[in-house]
Amino acid sequence: MKKALIVLTMLAVALSAGAQTFVMNNGAEIESLDPAVMESVTSHRVYMALFEGLFISDPKTNAPLPGMATKYKFSSDYKTVTFTLRKAYWSDGVQVTAQDFVDSWIRKLDPKNAFTYADLLWDIVGAQEFSTGKGTAAGVGLKALNPTTFEVKLKNPTPHFVQKVVHYAFAVVPMHAIKKYGADWVLPKNLVVNGAYLLKEWRPQEKMVFTPNPKYWDAKNVKIKELVLLPIDDVNTAYNMYINGDIDWIDVVPAELMDTIKLRADYHVGPEYGTYYLNINVTKKPLDDARVRQALSMAFDRTVLTNTILKSHFPAFANVPPSAGYTPPKGTGYNPEEAKKLLAAAGYPGGAGFPKFQLLYNTSSNHQKVMQFIQAEWKKNLGIEVELINQEFTTYLDTKSAHDFDIARAGWIADYLDPATFLDMWETGNSQNDGLYSSKEYDALLAKSRTQLGAARLKTMMEAEAVLINKDMGIIPIYYYQTQAMIDLSKWNGWYLNPMNVHAWKFISPKK
Amino acid sequence: MARFLVRRVLSIIPTMLVIITLSFFLIRLAPGGPFAREREIPPEILENILKSYNMDKPLFGQYLDYLGNVLTGDFGPSYRYRNRMVSDFITQGLPVSLSLGGIALVNAVFLGVLVGIVSALRQNKWQDYSAMSIAVVGISVPAFVIGPILQLVFALKLGWLPLGQWIGDKGIAAIVLPAATLSFYYFAVIARLSRASILEVLRSDYIRTARAKGLKESVVIAKHVLKGALLPVVTYLGPAFSGIIVGSVVVETIFAVPGVGRPFVQAAINRDYTLIMGEVIVYSVVLILANLVVDIVYGFLDPRISYK
Repeated sequence: MKKALIVLTMLAVALSAGAQTFVMNNGAEIESLDPAVMESVTSHRVYMALFEGLFISDPKTNAPLPGMATKYKFSSDYKTVTFTLRKAYWSDGVQVTAQDFVDSWIRKLDPKNAFTYADLLWDIVGAQEFSTGKGTAAGVGLKALNPTTFEVKLKNPTPHFVQKVVHYAFAVVPMHAIKKYGADWVLPKNLVVNGAYLLKEWRPQEKMVFTPNPKYWDAKNVKIKELVLLPIDDVNTAYNMYINGDIDWIDVVPAELMDTIKLRADYHVGPEYGTYYLNINVTKKPLDDARVRQALSMAFDRTVLTNTILKSHFPAFANVPPSAGYTPPKGTGYNPEEAKKLLAAAGYPGGAGFPKFQLLYNTSSNHQKVMQFIQAEWKKNLGIEVELINQEFTTYLDTKSAHDFDIARAGWIADYLDPATFLDMWETGNSQNDGLYSSKEYDALLAKSRTQLGAARLKTMMEAEAVLINKDMGIIPIYYYQTQAMIDLSKWNGWYLNPMNVHAWKFISPKK
Repeated sequence: MARFLVRRVLSIIPTMLVIITLSFFLIRLAPGGPFAREREIPPEILENILKSYNMDKPLFGQYLDYLGNVLTGDFGPSYRYRNRMVSDFITQGLPVSLSLGGIALVNAVFLGVLVGIVSALRQNKWQDYSAMSIAVVGISVPAFVIGPILQLVFALKLGWLPLGQWIGDKGIAAIVLPAATLSFYYFAVIARLSRASILEVLRSDYIRTARAKGLKESVVIAKHVLKGALLPVVTYLGPAFSGIIVGSVVVETIFAVPGVGRPFVQAAINRDYTLIMGEVIVYSVVLILANLVVDIVYGFLDPRISYK
């Protein structure tokens, strides 16, 4: 009897411990534990466990929620923003101060450190100059007014700056630990953090284990007692481990099993703030003619593509996905008859004399399906021939950035929750603008929107997008991405589908 | 023998030099670089990054620098995982890959030879037919099919073995499925190879002599047949070992094994130059040493071979 009791107690302890361990497949190894080096969704999840910036992402809407900052205040011209910090501490007991933020952001921008994503901070006065070696650190518009007041001067009125600072490029790092340990501060044994979790164990290629950080300001609301992130890159293995109960949350599922998976109650799917589109090299004939680009956009049926072929995602006719206060332009729609007329007007009736061109994509069965569908539709509806070219990912990136293509597939997932993340790319000379789209009207509207606020700003941005899409067809949108996940919500609270697919760990808790 | 060894060991140096030089320049020829991104890096920032990795220097200068560093045992930092050294990946992954490969190879040789003997001695009987049918499956079905089938049966359905991950999490049982998957092909080849050569040896004059002397059949097999019949198997061990080590990339991915194979593939995709070079060097050294060992073992088994 006594033995049975002991066994039962042990079983109960084991079960309760199990309920508070949360395992997620993160899909890959992280670049680094240093937030300034991070540049992937994978690293972002680790960032959200270990660090916290001024604001964090709302688990339902991704709107900014107070993190290290309790509130912010814009000046009347929206060119100065002052953040009030809470009294929060690093895991070694040192206070997180406004000066930490100043020094962390200067470190991120410093050209000597050569961090990617430093350009996300270029809204700040003097930031671009400093990070491109033309200015000084002292010229950057950052100031600690006192230990809990942090002032940022912006080049233009940037009301969406608060949305931006949720990004890990705006992280605060423990400058005192960096001074002490130098480059070795990122070694797990030296790591000092300010987030909800501490790194308990990291076995590269195997797993990362996190336990709650008792010094975290909101420690009482951190409910998962042990957080485990796995770097498994094989989608099928991760899925099988999920089915087997080894993993609690996966965010990629095997496409071949979609028909069965989507019937399951623990499969969740929703719109993501991202667009899949065709980049058109507008400098090449006959793609330099807007009528040709419009005809191409009208001549394939996106609904068949998303519903029948891909069985996921949502048809897109514009660049920016719809969001509160922002309605993207209607775009061309699917209209093969009108497409034929436009092509004829451009000098290619029935596709006659239309030069054969190439459609570039990076090797993947999903991209291949999309490109083959578009190729067939263009042939059927317009009578034109397209050659499909697939390249290995890095080669494709190289070809694309060298502008050495006719039309190339591309995708963009928002860096932050604002239409500007999609629209800035098409400004003349932007480094993402591989198709070399250039419109004075578009650039002028975008510049105007940067001096405006609220609804007026959004309206100007919608006008700009109307130029890009309705008038110029500078890119051909295909679909808006969807996020997907498998997680049993009868076991876990606080996990929601959201448009940025960003889930701060402290909101997830086991159901009683 | 000693002279042979010294000569073989010394020949590793020019071989490695050729491998390092060729790989260094070949990977630089591949389009794209370690900093190609879907979200393109602004040119001014890219310039800073290239400078920080000395990639703004002429390529030949970079090559000489690299060679100098390798000679002092410094493989440099990874380009993708900026705070981790290439040597970290190797010291963490190599023991895992070598133990997985080693177990798979021992398994393949042991079972392969055993099945080969049984098949040869029971030629054209049911034992022979069933063993050789399994061998045909092993040779023709690739690891990325066998692996998931084993996962399905032994992990998902029966729940006897872990689906993936390694000893640290799942205990020693974690080795079974990946090792079985990895060794299946080589087991099949070795079984067929040893069967064929045993059959050949069984018909040779010296076996007839041994039998004529009145030796027991078990002694004939163990002492005379096997020694002669194992030579082709030993010859095959060199390529088999290379195959197992290189092939472990697929198995490591399927079973989430933390070896050197997965980072190697990622490094190639990411154009992580230093990590690719580090992995190439490690793989080359392992393979060269494996071939050397096979050559030495060969001499012990076959008295007709002498080392000069």
